Formats: sequence, C-alpha cells, structure tokens
Amino acid sequence: MLFAIPFYAVACVAFGTLDPIFRDAIPQWNPLAWDFTQARQIFASLATGPLRGVAVRTVLYVACAMAICFLIGFPIAYFLARHAGKRKLLLLVLIIVPFWVNYLMRMLAWVNLLSNDGLFTRFMRIFGVNYNWLDGSPITVVLGLVYGYIPFLILPLYATLERLDWRLIDAARDLGANSRQAFRLVTVPMSKAGLVAAGILIALPMFGDYYTNDLLSRSPSTEMIGNQIEFFLNASTQPQNGAVLVIALSMFLLLLMSFYLRSTRQQTRQTAR
Amino acid sequence: MKRNKKSALIYIVWGYIIWSLVPVIIAVIYSFNDGRSRTVWQGFSLRWWFTDPYASVFHNPETRNAISNSLILAFATLLVVTPLGITLAIGSQRIRGRGSHVVQGLTSAPLITPEIVVGAALLITFTRLFTAVPLGFAAQLLGNVTFSLASVVVIVRARLVSIGSSFEEAARDLGATRWQALRYVLLPMLWPSVMASLVVVFATVIDDFVITSFLSSGVNSETVPLRIYSSVKGGATPALNALATLLVLASFTVLIIGLFGLSTWRKRHGERGGLRAALADVTQMEN
Repeated sequence: MLFAIPFYAVACVAFGTLDPIFRDAIPQWNPLAWDFTQARQIFASLATGPLRGVAVRTVLYVACAMAICFLIGFPIAYFLARHAGKRKLLLLVLIIVPFWVNYLMRMLAWVNLLSNDGLFTRFMRIFGVNYNWLDGSPITVVLGLVYGYIPFLILPLYATLERLDWRLIDAARDLGANSRQAFRLVTVPMSKAGLVAAGILIALPMFGDYYTNDLLSRSPSTEMIGNQIEFFLNASTQPQNGAVLVIALSMFLLLLMSFYLRSTRQQTRQTAR
Repeated sequence: MKRNKKSALIYIVWGYIIWSLVPVIIAVIYSFNDGRSRTVWQGFSLRWWFTDPYASVFHNPETRNAISNSLILAFATLLVVTPLGITLAIGSQRIRGRGSHVVQGLTSAPLITPEIVVGAALLITFTRLFTAVPLGFAAQLLGNVTFSLASVVVIVRARLVSIGSSFEEAARDLGATRWQALRYVLLPMLWPSVMASLVVVFATVIDDFVITSFLSSGVNSETVPLRIYSSVKGGATPALNALATLLVLASFTVLIIGLFGLSTWRKRHGERGGLRAALADVTQMEN
C-alpha cells in the first residue's frame, strides 16, 4: 500500500492537465479522465526530440560502466569463490568495507583527487597528461559509476559462484576439455542466471543515478535521465514533465526487474535441484 | 601455468582493494590538514575537527544541526520500522498458498526499485495528495520507513524460515496459547535478525541521500549527506572531509557493535557460525 499510492499520485500528475496561467500541473485524480497530451510530447521528445540525447547517453554510460564492472568484478568474485584459501575471510571483509562507506564520501574522495590541484591530477601531469577531469568529462562520469556500484556487483557474483558445484568443472576437465572450454561451456552457463541477476541489481540504480553525475561533472553535456527528473521536480516549474519521465523510467526498469525476478527464480530452482 | 593464472588473479584482487579504499583513506587524512585546502597538504592539525571555534565540525552550527537531524531521523525510523517490519514478516509468513508468492514479490520489489523513483513518487505524493504531511522531518521519516521496511521484512523472514514452525507447535502442544507461543518462544528466537535489521536500517537511513533530499524542506531538515552534497560543489574546507569521516565512523561503529552482539548471542545460544554468520546476516547474503 505504501508503495502503490505514490505511484498512483505520479500517474495522476503525469496525466493531469496544466494550469493555463502558471503552467503548473493540476493532478487529475480520475483515471478515466487522464489526458495524455503532455506525456505523448515527452515520449516523442525522448524518441526523436531534444531529450533523445539524454536517453541515448544514459543507456550508453550505463552499458560502458556495466561492462567495466564485469571485467573487474568477475575475476575478483571468481578468485574469492575458488582460490582464496586461508585469506578468504580477510579478503571478503576488505571487499565488504566499501559497501559500508557512504556513497557520497567515496565520491567526495574522488572529487578531491581529481580537482585541479588534486593528487591524481598532479600525478598524471608527471606523465604529461593534463586533463580537466571534473569539467564534463564522460570518462570521469563512467568511471565514477563503476567506482560507486562495483561493490554491489562483486558480492552477489561471489554468492553465485560460491554455490557452484565445482566438481562439474573437474569432470569437464577429466573428459578432455581445456580450461578455457570448461570455463565457457560449464562455468558460464551454470552461473548465467546469477550473472544476469547481479548485473541488473547494479543496472537499476545506475539508470536512476543523478548525484554521481552531478558531483563529478556538473555539465549539461553529460546529463543522464536522472538529472532531468531531479531538475524538473526540484528546480523547475514543470513538475509534470518530471512525473512523465519518472513513469518512462519506471516502465523501462520494470522490464529489467521482471528479468531479475525471473533469473533469481531460475537460480533458486537450480540450487534446489 | 595454473599457478601463474592464480597469481595474476590475486594481483587484480589486491589492486581492486587498494583502488576501492585508498581514495577514501586519503580523504580521511586530509581532514587533518592544517591549511584550507582539501587537496594540498600543509601539515597536521585538528583545527577542522575541534580547535577552530567556528569552522570546525563540532563547533559550526550548520554541521551540528545536520548531525543532530541525521541522528534523530535514524533513531525515529528505527523506532517505527522495526516493530512494523517484524509484524509484517510474521504475518506474511503465515499466509499460505498462492498469496504467499504475491506478498513475497511485493515486499522484495522496493529493495530493487531505484531510490530516485521512490523519492520522486513520494515527493509528488506529499506535495499533491497527502498535503497534510509537510515536507521536512515528517515526510523524510515516512519516506525512509517506506524504503527500509523491505529490508527488515526480508531479514526477519529469512530467520523465520530457518527456525521453522516446530518450536511454536511444541509450545502449543505443551499448553501455550497462540499469543504465549509467539511471545515466549518465537520472538526471543528472532533476536539475531532483529539486531541485524537494526544495524542495516540505521546504516541505510544515516547514509541515505536521494529520498531524504527529495523530501527535505531546506536547512532545518538538512541531514549530514545533504550537507556534504551541497558543500562539495562550493569551495569547502577540510571540515567537509571531517564531516564525511564522521558519517563513515557512525556506520562502522554500529556495524561493529552489531557484529559483536550477534556473534556473542550465537555463542551463548549454541549456534554455529560466529563472525562469518554474523557478517552474512548483516550483508543479507545467504551463505
């Protein structure tokens, strides 16, 4: 109930009408009288109009960040699950620590390092790299997303790989597969559901992120959809546009969530067997 | 060959650990900087922590206000959400058959809904629908309750599943009423999950930025994360690093107290697992 009512309210504002003088939203509480003109306009703008850039950029940034997260996160989770040995608890604790360090603190740490006289910027100057990291750089935003969300990927990945039956891989090796084949044909298919679930788990908050972008770039050239929602709802006089965007984003994320629920169910079925 | 691959992997692991922790450690160190800069080291001092009578964390009225707002919000949320979550978990556990899947889906959906969606939806609700709830503390409290309720339900329900129904049935056979079985048998056994959810909720609320920010009403409901967010943009002094360090200290203190409490509880009640099981409780991992 706590969850259903707010979404109804969003829909009522999104599909309501505009005050003719102040352009402020008048919510329409009767679903039969919902007016979709404004919503249609925003959706059209997302598909072909001025908001298209924002939508494409959001998907692109999240895709890049996800790819990097998996490239770094998978080997770590794999090592922890298979080879960590005696030091497993120590490594696990060290990997859980960022989980408990406030997100803003971790972003603040990078703002300090990347600012004009920051340690990292000065360090890179030694190599002749003179780059303005905090001035609307897509690289910084993507790496910021990676840094922010990778702990949330490693733990579920580790949990998935930990549960795998490694005897099956030994069996594959015994039957003549080399290590790469065993990995590709046994490890990956067996952990696929878990990989998908873990990936979606970080994709969801990344799609809704606006603060990473705001702290590390602050430039309209790197804005994502979350920034637009925040702008329309908090800083503009057109909350209706914000409400429509929230609905657009939720619809998209709902799709991802149903994938997530499906693959977690698959996973529990697999382990139950 | 295999050895080589393993050692390459361990370099990645340590590289990752260094990459994830060193920036934060540097930020903590710079909170002790003597100069006004957060990036150039000018010697050690405690001026941004205590000594400076106006700008230091413990003297500046704005940061003090933010700290007390954060603590009040966190404790108030705990008071509301813990009993509510336990009740919901026990209740939803009792539902049998087809309904149970629906309830389970509904309670876990908030866990994976991005905060911006929840925050925006609640903002619209409180400004258009339930206008009786003013933005600021009341709205922030309700928002954080909504968002953290799911994690309490999930943690407590996991414990309920592992306890099973046999203890309660035994108590009923021995003549306890329904209420007595619940009060004297089930509730005491839930204690570790209650402790774990206290820790998780406290850490979530005190760190929460998005929902608290959407529902804030300006300076008088500014919490520590909001204060950090708004001052990163301006040219803030190392007092900002000190404030962020305090926030990190707060969640780790609660985490360590919780872990310690959990493992002593387990030891006293003869449950296996120790630290690792306690860690699993708090990180919501089923190991």
